[in-house]
Amino acid sequence: MATKASASAARLMMAPAVTLLLGWMLVPLVMTLYFSFADYRPLRGAFEPWIGFENYERFVTSSSFWDAVTTTLTMVGGILVITVCFGILLALLLDKPIYGQGVVRILVIAPFFVMPTVSALVWKNMMMDPVNGILSHVWRFFGAAPHDWLVQTPTLSIILIVSWQWLPFATLILLTAIQSLDGEQLEAAEMDGAPPLKRFWFIILPHLSRAITIVILIQTIFLLSIFAEIFVTTQGSFGTRTLTYLVYQRVLESQNVGLGSAGGIIAVILANIVAIFLMRIVGKNLDA
Amino acid sequence: MGQITLNQITKSFGETQVIPPLDLRIEEGEFVVFVGPSGCGKSTLLRLIAGLEDVSSGHIEIDGRDVTDVPPAQRGLAMVFQSYALYPHMSVRKNIAFPLRMAGMDEAEQKKRVERAATVLNLTDYLDRRPGQLSGGQRQRVAIGRAIVREPAAFLFDEPLSNLDAALRHGMRMEIGELHQSLATTMIYVTHDQVEAMTMADKIVVLRAGVIEQVGSPLELYREPRNLFVAGFIGSPTMNLLTGPEAKKHDATTIGVRPEHIEAGDPDASPWSGTVGISEHLGSDTFLHVHGTGLAETITVRADGEVPLRHGDRVGLTPHPDRIHRFDAKGLRIA
Repeated sequence: MATKASASAARLMMAPAVTLLLGWMLVPLVMTLYFSFADYRPLRGAFEPWIGFENYERFVTSSSFWDAVTTTLTMVGGILVITVCFGILLALLLDKPIYGQGVVRILVIAPFFVMPTVSALVWKNMMMDPVNGILSHVWRFFGAAPHDWLVQTPTLSIILIVSWQWLPFATLILLTAIQSLDGEQLEAAEMDGAPPLKRFWFIILPHLSRAITIVILIQTIFLLSIFAEIFVTTQGSFGTRTLTYLVYQRVLESQNVGLGSAGGIIAVILANIVAIFLMRIVGKNLDA
Repeated sequence: MGQITLNQITKSFGETQVIPPLDLRIEEGEFVVFVGPSGCGKSTLLRLIAGLEDVSSGHIEIDGRDVTDVPPAQRGLAMVFQSYALYPHMSVRKNIAFPLRMAGMDEAEQKKRVERAATVLNLTDYLDRRPGQLSGGQRQRVAIGRAIVREPAAFLFDEPLSNLDAALRHGMRMEIGELHQSLATTMIYVTHDQVEAMTMADKIVVLRAGVIEQVGSPLELYREPRNLFVAGFIGSPTMNLLTGPEAKKHDATTIGVRPEHIEAGDPDASPWSGTVGISEHLGSDTFLHVHGTGLAETITVRADGEVPLRHGDRVGLTPHPDRIHRFDAKGLRIA
């Protein structure tokens, strides 16, 4: 349809945007790569442009690295399990005609609009604070000693906070998927003698599989880089240091740009490995 | 097995009553068709029998057992849905076996029944495909297969052919008819297409606004429609209905004559005459739409396929005197 002239004109018109986007992506990436092979500690005035793989070696062999990897995977895994399970339950609930449905749906989506820093602060000071937090009041009401969430179970606390933020996303995607299910299929299953739980297991869940896959993939991408919640609550102490947070500490707290950059590149590679792994497991749901 | 009685059942959605008290008896082994225009409550009636909707009052009995409060699965009925409602993530084999699996039947018996159903329905080669890889007619057959493996007391069909093209619809009509002959199970079939009703039914139930207008065999409905609604609904093309002086001559408010019971002939020697408007040549028949002289209505006449009449020609019309239906002011048939 397009003539030769219009095709080249289109390419010309698109060039500025493409150049800008490429520059935006490529410049930081190339600089990170460059720094990762350099000994660059600005506050000490040290700059050695090529020290080979020394930064990588130091980053990987430090004891905090494997801890950080484990913490990251625990957090991402925990959040995924909670958001997907509760997301399905909430979506099933919201699909039912209830009084004030519109308001309830907006309320459910609300946490997604709260900035991560704000929500983490609110959870830290209003919910989980051992003295004034709502949860400690609840504990005391039942005569139990208040639980110091962020000290005693810091990883679980962060998982809860982030799950709260991401639950609306999972619910929303799963709700639209449930709504697209043909009601006659459920009626047919009912006629075929499937009780509600079996209808869920044999009809609704398979129908949702594709939406669940999408939720898992998108959330994993974002959850691998959670930062604000950790920064605001535990500052990476008590075993809540994820890979992202470790990179931050190396660059800004230790002022070792080279080491941090190497960590950043490793994090990128690990994230890709996780992504490929996930695609393998769940990606087959996406075709057909 | 398969005798269904509806006793004074009603159905209301909120304030609106879609089915006023209704009685109906469906005999064992009968092929009953519910027919009526869209929104007449025929699908609701079927869903009430299936148990997918609760009746507001009244009782439903299947084989003498009161099933009014029995859940759908335990009524011993199988339903074929308009959209087929196949499970898209399961193979044809698993689709057909699903009701058996839910009933906890052992694997060997399941396999035997599925294969028998597949043979009956010509699905043997497709058992391992997914519904998405089948054509409309094949999906329809899978849906029927899923119904017959349960060996139900009665089959319920909810406009099963409305998603198929004309040729396939004709073929499936024959297949469902054959199936009924070989299984001899009660079948209830909902459609808005009076051709399907006429060709398949042992008994037709004509519904309008939730009310049964007439129950009878196709030919009874054709010969003696009880009122104007049935007269206009059954038969294709529809019956010519005349009011005014022509009807007065027969002591009726309205008279009806079917297009096939009017003879086209000499304009000067016939009781009615007129000019031909549109004529539809179907090859086997010609439908003439005649603007009658002194008649308010256009009259449709079925004539021979080779009739030489054209637009604007004058034609005489002679109705068969014993085929004139007479209706009173309330639209009811005068015997």
